[in-house]
Order: sequence, then C-alpha cells, then structure tokens
Amino acid sequence: MTDKSHDPNQMTGAAMIVRALIDHGVQHVFGYPGGAVLPIYDEIFQQSEVEHILVRHEQGAGHAAEGYARSTGKPGVVLVTSGPGATNMVTPLTDALMDSIPLVCITGQVPTHLIGNDAFQECDTVGITRPATKHNWLVRDVNDLARVLHEAFYVATTGRPGPVLVDVPKDVQFATGTYHPPRKSDVHISYTPRVKGDATQIRKAVALLANAKRPVIYSGGGVINSGPEASKLLRQLVEATGFPITSTLMGLGAYPASGPNWLGMLGMHGTYEANMTMHDCDVMLCVGARFDDRITGRVDAFSPGSKKIHIDIDPSSINKNIRVDVPIIGDAGNVLGDLLQVFKAEAKKPDIKAWWQQIAQWRARNSLSYRKNNDIILPQYAIQRLFELTRGKDTYITTEVGQHQMWAAQFFGFEEPHRWMTSGGLGTMGYGLPAAVGVQVAHPDSLVIDIAGDASVQMTIQEMSTAVQFELPIKIFILNNQYMGMVRQWQQLLHGNRLSHSYSEALPDFVKLAEAYGCVGLQATKPSDLDGAIKEMISIRRPVLFDCRVAALENCFPMIPSGKAHNEMLLPEEATDEATAKAFAGGKALV
Amino acid sequence: MNQPASAYFLEERHDPNETHTLSVLVQNEPGVLARVIGLFSGRGYNIESLTVSETESQKHLSRITIVTTGTPMVIQQIKHQLDRMIPVYRVVDMTLTGSSIERELAMVKVRGGGDHRVEALRLADAFRARVIDATTESFVFEITGNSSKINQFIDLMRPLGLVEVSRTGVAAITRGPEGM
Ligand SMILES: Cc1cc2nc3c(=O)[nH]c(=O)nc-3n(C[C@H](O)[C@H](O)[C@H](O)COP(=O)(O)OP(=O)(O)OC[C@H]3O[C@@H](n4cnc5c(N)ncnc54)[C@H](O)[C@@H]3O)c2cc1C
Ligand SMILES: Cc1ncc(C[n+]2csc(CCOP(=O)(O)OP(=O)(O)O)c2C)c(N)n1
Ligand SMILES: [Mg+2]
Repeated sequence: MTDKSHDPNQMTGAAMIVRALIDHGVQHVFGYPGGAVLPIYDEIFQQSEVEHILVRHEQGAGHAAEGYARSTGKPGVVLVTSGPGATNMVTPLTDALMDSIPLVCITGQVPTHLIGNDAFQECDTVGITRPATKHNWLVRDVNDLARVLHEAFYVATTGRPGPVLVDVPKDVQFATGTYHPPRKSDVHISYTPRVKGDATQIRKAVALLANAKRPVIYSGGGVINSGPEASKLLRQLVEATGFPITSTLMGLGAYPASGPNWLGMLGMHGTYEANMTMHDCDVMLCVGARFDDRITGRVDAFSPGSKKIHIDIDPSSINKNIRVDVPIIGDAGNVLGDLLQVFKAEAKKPDIKAWWQQIAQWRARNSLSYRKNNDIILPQYAIQRLFELTRGKDTYITTEVGQHQMWAAQFFGFEEPHRWMTSGGLGTMGYGLPAAVGVQVAHPDSLVIDIAGDASVQMTIQEMSTAVQFELPIKIFILNNQYMGMVRQWQQLLHGNRLSHSYSEALPDFVKLAEAYGCVGLQATKPSDLDGAIKEMISIRRPVLFDCRVAALENCFPMIPSGKAHNEMLLPEEATDEATAKAFAGGKALV
Repeated sequence: MNQPASAYFLEERHDPNETHTLSVLVQNEPGVLARVIGLFSGRGYNIESLTVSETESQKHLSRITIVTTGTPMVIQQIKHQLDRMIPVYRVVDMTLTGSSIERELAMVKVRGGGDHRVEALRLADAFRARVIDATTESFVFEITGNSSKINQFIDLMRPLGLVEVSRTGVAAITRGPEGM
C-alpha cells in the first residue's frame, strides 16, 4: 500500500482550484466571497501567487475580467458564490459570449446532497448559464475537478473564444482527491476547433482578390481574438494589395486609424465612405466579422454586386445572415498568413486607381463633420481633444453604451489592437467602468480611460471603490448630456420627440461623488476649460471621475436608418428635421 | 419599405421551408439533452420530432435524431450550431445523404364495437400493425414505419374510435455498410 498522505497531488477540491489557476498562469482573479466559496477563499488567503481583486458587485467582476482578457489576450478569471453571486454573473457571461471574450468563471454551489432542495442560496447555475456560456460544468466528484478545470481553460481560449463556467459544490471543495496538471486527454475528443484554412478555398479567394476592380477588406473582432500576429498580417495584406479597409466596432485598432487605406468604421454609425465602399464593392474580404445587423442594414440590399470571401473560425458564423461565395474556416492569423503567401507568390497588386478616386469623392463628404461651438462642449469635440491630448501615451479605452460609445469609436483613433474595450454585441450599459478596472489591473502603469455616459456610469459606479482599494488610477470621462442620449435620439427620430423616461433626472453631483469614494472629481463646462482639465486628469495618479458637461441634444450621425441600405445613409448636414422625419417615416417599433 | 421604424430590419425572408432529419452523436453526459433542446428553443428553431437513447454504452455515446423544418440557410445554421457544442461528435443530415431509412413506432388505442371493430382489425392487417392488447371493446395496435405511414394509419383509425396515440419519434439510419 502506498501512503497517500505524502502524495503532493492529493489535495482538497478548493486547493485544486487554486493550483489549477497557477498551472494556467493566472495572476489575477476577480471575485466576491460568500458561503459556498469560503473553502476556496481560505486557500487564496494562504498563498501569494494568485492575486484576488475584490469587486463591489459580481457583475463588476465579470466585466473587469472581460477588460482584463481583451487587453491581454489571456483569459479573465472570476470567482463568485452560489445563488445571487452566480445570477449576478449572467450579464457579463452573456456579454462575453456575444463578444467572444475568454472568461473562466468558478461558482460555488450548495453541497451535492442538497442540490434540488431549494437549499439556502441554491440556484440552477448550470441551467441558468447554459445559454450564456460556451460550455459549463457541474462537478460532483472531486476526482473530476482537475480535468474539468483544465478543459474549461482550454475551451474558453481556443476556437472562437468565449466564457465558460465551472460550478463546484461546497462538499467537493472540502473533499480530498487527486490533482493532475493539464494534459491533452482532459478535453472532450468531440471538441476540435479548426485553425488552418483549406488551401483550395484560399486559392479561390486569391483569384478573386487579384482580379478585383472595386475591393474592400471588412475586418472584425475575430482579428483581435486571433492575437497581435493577425493584426500584423492584416496590415501586410493591406499593404500588398493596396485595398481599402474598414472594420466593425469590435475590430478597431487591428489596422491603424492613421493608415492611408483606412475608411473608418462601417455600419449603422459608420462613415459614409466605409458604407458606400461596402455597398458598391465587387469583392469583399471579410476577416473575423459576423455580418451583424448593425453592419448589414437591409439584408437584401447589402452589398448586392459583390463576391464575398469570409474567414471565420466558427462555421456557424458563415452564411448566417449573408450568403458568401468563398467561406474559409480557420483562425484569422493562420489563414491571413497563408493567403498573403499565395497572393504574393501568384498575384500582383491590382490596379484600382479608379476605385480610390471614387472613394475620395465619398470621403470628401466629410461624414463625421460637426459644427463648432465656442460656448458649449460638443461631445465629438470632447473625444477629439481627449484623443489629441493622449496621443503617444500608452492608452487603453473602455466605454459604456450609448452615443458616447459611438462618438468614441468615430473620433478616437486606435493605432493598435487590444486597446479598445467595448460591449458591442450585448450593448451592456455599466460595462466600461469595471472593464477599466480589469484593464488597469493588467496594465498598472498605463493610462486607462472609460469613456462614459451619465446614465450608463451609474449602473456600476460602485466599482470606484474597487479602484480606490487597489490603487487603480482609472479615469472615468463622462460625456454628461443629462440624457440617455441614444434613447432620446431614437425617440426624437422615431417617436415624435416624446422623450419618455430618457431624461437623466436627479443626477448625482459627480465631483462630490468622486470625493465621497476617495477619488478625484473634475468638471469641465466650457470648451475653453476642456484641455486644461483633461491634462489635469491625465497627470493625476489616482482614480478620477471627470464630469464633462456636453451639449444635451446632440445626435449621433451619420446613421443608416433601419430598414435602409448602406447607400441611404443620413449624413449630419442632411439631417434637418424634415429629412430625418422622411428617412424614418413609418410606425413605432423600437428596440 | 413599409416596415415600422425600428432598430432592426424587420422584414422576414420568405424562402420555402424544408424538412430535414438530423442524426447527432453526442457524449452521454448530464445536461447534454438540455443543451440540444435549449439551442432549438433559444434560437427559435422547430423540432418536429426528437428521439434520444444511449447507443454505445461503453463509450457513453448517445444518438439524437431530430426532425426539423426551416429554410435552407436555417437548416445549415442548425447543423453548425449543433456541431459546435462541446459534447457533440458529429451531425449528419440524413435527408442530404439521400439514402436514409426512417422509422417510428406508435401504439394506437381504438375503442368500439361491431363493424368498426372489424374494420379496425382489417386496416391494421393491411398496415402490418400488431395487436398488443385487446379487450372486448378495445385494441392497442403497435405499428412501425415512416411517419407518413403512421399518420395515415392514425387518420384511418379516427372515425373508428381512436382513443389515444403514443409515438416514439423518428429514428434514422443510412443504408449500406458505412456508419455515421
Ligand atoms: C449602440 C450600439 C451601436 C452599434 N453600432 C455599430 C456600428 O455602427 N458599427 C459596427 O460595426 N458595430 C456597431 N455595434 C456593434 C455591433 O452590435 C456588433 O457587436 C459588432 O458589429 C460585431 O462585430 P464583429 O462582426 O467584428 O463580430 P464579433 O462579435 O467581434 O465576432 C467575431 C467574429 O470573428 C470570429 N472569430 C473569433 N475568433 C476568431 C479567430 N481567431 N479567427 C477567425 N475568426 C474568429 C467569430 O466566430 C465571430 O464570427 C453597435 C453596438 C452598440 C451597442
Ligand atoms: C443594461 C442596459 N439597459 C438599457 C440599455 C438601453 N440603452 C442603450 S443606450 C441607453 C442610454 C445610455 O445613456 P448614457 O449612458 O447617458 O449615454 P449617452 O447615449 O447619453 O451617451 C440605454 C438606456 C442598455 N444598452 N443596457
Ligand atoms: Mg447621457
């Protein structure tokens, strides 16, 4: 008989969890304690390799982990208790699923013998989170725990990344079993994401690209997911082909905003030139984007004359909304590498001078223009100043959801991938502040700014306290228009300007609120104050809440009215009341 | 363009619907059926019939047979969505193989006397349905076949005193020597 008491792999379930985190290189966990995870917290207390960041609400932990993941390329890790701890995680899990963010969430559960009894703080966590995760597990036997944890990390980070959840009953945390380090056999043999693209398809794609007269590259979040190498290859492909490139909200930074071939973002609030180029192109190369409804507008009028190539790691993204001609299943970086090689070997830069001339005409419409104002800060101007004054600094931007998010996407130029964290798919107000916390944890010396709205920021404002506790000098730059501006805009354009419950009544005094939390509060009310205040914000090495008072009724343009095609955009100078009313004529079904 | 003003494009496409039978090989583990069913309800896909049972117990494999309807694009989505679930090994579209056999079993209870009773027995014989329970005023028939044959039999039993039906749902397999 062997003496198991000296076997270093014999340990409790709780110890296995911490051990697995260490084995997967996890340095930070975002979490909140409770009865069902106390054994794990006890293990965390007794070691120093994994640092735990205590949030103020589990939703904050989830978004912080998302920001951490998106800015590092590593999975974000969350630890929360059973019942309300788990249900508070539903929003960030769904957010991460929609935006393909790798998260590993560990939840405590009531002891196995109590499951199903409506025990204290029991909920069907795997049932509730099944449609909110890429996969989830309930571990009933401590000897399954190591395998499941390793598989969880693997599933979260490979293929199309996404959130996973491991639910661990309290008795399993206490029980002793055998741990093993990660190994290949931990993973379901049925899970085999495809990385390398099919060579024949790649050849077909190159043939289309080489003969294109009016090409466009439409890139998305998948290029960011794939890692920095994919962005590098994308840039090389643009260089080699000379093609114009646009990107979704999720893909900003993969190609630099200062690059000569950059058209700006496309879609509902994208630039005129990006949308017109998409509409009139003859060959479209889509890389890691999913033809979302904010992009396509009217599907039957979406880029009607083009041959479409679609590179995506997830076969279910292909032909979901838009039928494509040359699908290539594989990792963006991997396929771009192969594609570039074949292109360089077999094709030469097509002559698309006429196409660029056409694009120059669209650009000349200057679709992001806005009139200047010396008395009131316009939100677009505020973002432009923020961008100019942070230029050359090591900056990360997160956002909340609303008009400010769109203005940030339009007016802040991203030069590198992984610098832009926003909730695109779910559109979660309250994402940006905790996401900034997560980003700052990963990059303690960088400048991390949450571009916020006055309504959104109140949804997770309590995480200011987390920032103070962990000395995270995040900057919360509120474009305070005293409205749920995006909602107000829709009400104005679609509902006869009946502003039903979209006014931010009883706003707190943000400066005092900042001080109450132990942060610094700043305010700017006039354009002439703005630069000085932004510089002051940047120079402060503590968390700052910046109340930037902007024009209340500014609308976000350009905009594709719903049900319209890309070439029916509404541009700012055309958006007179009359033209708007006409463009949006119809009934009243709102989001 | 008469759609109501909305953030979404509201017009549906009107491609014709098709019916497909899918065989799905899955790891038989807790929750796997809930995942599959949740996928269909969550994404608004139709389930016309669903049959599931463990088929290889040593390997813990189960086979789920799903009959579904949708436009060709939706059917393709369903297959991809199923295939990307972690415990799913394979998804085969039996309808596209062109050579699959589909069978369903039904138990059909009929109550009545006199001519109806005689007629029910005569039809059962014609459909190769077996009597598996009988009383002086009722029969339970067991019938196997494809769904349309069973539907036809049930329709014929209706005027003869149909009481209730219990059906297994469709199981499917391909012809020839190859497995899925
Ligand atoms: C108020 C509001 C307004 C919005 N307006 C706009 C707008 O005007 N324009 C706009 O663009 N968006 C807009 N969005 C965002 C929009 O809702 C979508 O989130 C976004 O367009 C999706 O981006 P994406 O297509 O890049 O896909 P993502 O959600 O980033 O998906 C990535 C795709 O890449 C694939 N992928 C993942 N990893 C890899 C890999 N390694 N290799 C290859 N492929 C991979 C995935 O399978 C998926 O298909 C708005 C959001 C909000 C909240
Ligand atoms: C959690 C959540 N609830 C509701 C919405 C719907 N919604 C989208 S934008 C918006 C208003 C946001 O207002 P604010 O944060 O002030 O930003 P602004 O549009 O004014 O820049 C609302 C309510 C949402 N996206 N998320
Ligand atoms: Mg606002």
